[in-house]
Amino acid sequence: MNSFSLADCTTVEAALSQLKNGAVVKAGGVDLLDRMKNGTDTPNRLVNIRNIRELRGIQSTPDGVTIGALTTLAEIADDPTIRAQYTILSDACGHAATPHIRNMATIGGNVLQELQCWYFRSAEFQCIRKGKEQCFAFSGLNQYHAIMDYGGCPSVAPSSSAVALLALNATIELTSAAKGKRKVAIQNFYVQPDANPHRFNVKADEELLTAIHIPKPAPGTRSAYQKYGEKESHDWAIADAGILLEMDGDICRRAVVTMGAASPVVRRSKEAEAVLTGKPITRDTARAAGKASMTGAMPLSMNGYKVQLFPIAIYRTILLAAGQMERDPSAAG
Amino acid sequence: MSDHQPPHRELPETSSTTGNKGITRRGFLKGAGITAAGTALLDGVQSLQQEAQAATPKGVMEYGAEAFPVTLNINGKEHALHVETRTMLAEALRIGLGMTGTKISCDRGACSSCTVWLDKLPVNSCMTLAVDAIGHRVTTIEGLSTDSEVHPVQAAFVRHDAMQCGFCTPGMVMSCAALIERNPHPTERDVRVAISGNLCRCGTYPKVFAATLDAAGQHATKA
Repeated sequence: MNSFSLADCTTVEAALSQLKNGAVVKAGGVDLLDRMKNGTDTPNRLVNIRNIRELRGIQSTPDGVTIGALTTLAEIADDPTIRAQYTILSDACGHAATPHIRNMATIGGNVLQELQCWYFRSAEFQCIRKGKEQCFAFSGLNQYHAIMDYGGCPSVAPSSSAVALLALNATIELTSAAKGKRKVAIQNFYVQPDANPHRFNVKADEELLTAIHIPKPAPGTRSAYQKYGEKESHDWAIADAGILLEMDGDICRRAVVTMGAASPVVRRSKEAEAVLTGKPITRDTARAAGKASMTGAMPLSMNGYKVQLFPIAIYRTILLAAGQMERDPSAAG
Repeated sequence: MSDHQPPHRELPETSSTTGNKGITRRGFLKGAGITAAGTALLDGVQSLQQEAQAATPKGVMEYGAEAFPVTLNINGKEHALHVETRTMLAEALRIGLGMTGTKISCDRGACSSCTVWLDKLPVNSCMTLAVDAIGHRVTTIEGLSTDSEVHPVQAAFVRHDAMQCGFCTPGMVMSCAALIERNPHPTERDVRVAISGNLCRCGTYPKVFAATLDAAGQHATKA
């Protein structure tokens, strides 16, 4: 790893004053230090925000919940309010990585993780995301890559929590010294590779992700998240599913189906949602929704299995959310 | 990490670092790395840093790219050593302080053999900057037992022979002991979750489950 200077900040104001001349923000450091050890990122200066107390903690508000950017995944997974009312988020945070990493990794850092692609994360490969022309995954080893909406880069969205936050209609709060706070809906936060291959999200370098706001779910909402990997524990998702069901008695008034590890940006499956809306949740409707989620799938040479895995992940997670099935023992976590 | 050699520090030889005739491979290599020139260089860097600190705005603690002195609270004692900003806690422990009980295997937080407690929370010391341990209480495998008594989890690992090659064992023990400190009556499921980040290449997991449940005064159920 290269050497670097470090500004250890204790206030948001102090940290914002340091965001200049290519300085890179470090919170829990899990993703950033990984990339620095890989040699893909070589910042000369880090701004350490880990010790900013005001960015830590979960606050219930009349219209929902506000999570400070430095709240760890373990803290979110264990929070009684999140578990009860935002189950999909506690599921996602509680099944990311390992217990130890969840003690270190922050929700802000999780949302801001860079893409999961072994070519992108290797210093040996200069790809389209690093300002070059070529993508190595299309013709290379692509068993963990995207099957949908990938344009010129079939990397996959790495964040488990984003799969939940998208279903929950979360808002990302960004703060800069010059412009103060602005809020971005999570569906507008990530950038599709074809829109700009060099930007993964809309956060500017001089901005700090300071909080995440989640509106209170409608009465009758049930939700769940499950992740499938090659290993039973500590694995990247090869398919993960977020399900949010607004129930009116037996009828699903509104459904949200979100998918990670399918595309470079976490996505909703409108096709799957349409199957569930206005219908009771049964094994048949859940299975049909899972099948519909693969509309438009274009698997690569080595990841056709995902086209079979996603419908199962979505089917089982719909039934889990509806209280009709136990958590899948074969799901990772 | 091959290009990264954290600063060396002269270490008092202890019973754990001295073998026959008082010389060990590790002790010899450490001694050979220390030079008078290095020490003089560090002194110069410190004065430069003090100048930089004077000009630093409020709420910002500035650390330069060169080695600097820090004090870390490890196993209840303050330890003075030199680190760089890029020094990981695992390296500070192993190379800076000679506490080689903490292992580095994957160096990416993927195997948890480097598990230590940061204020009682198990974390990966290979993915934690040493500077992020300043002001926190670090507990390593060396701090889990006292001279007269081993931790119940360690004793149970011995009783159950819960290790094969042993390289993952310090991390396993730290994860399991953290679980029992937090939850004195864990189920096997709790143990499985607690060590879900600890990789054992030999596959000794069933004995780790049994040992941890035994340490908590419980019997293993069938997996």
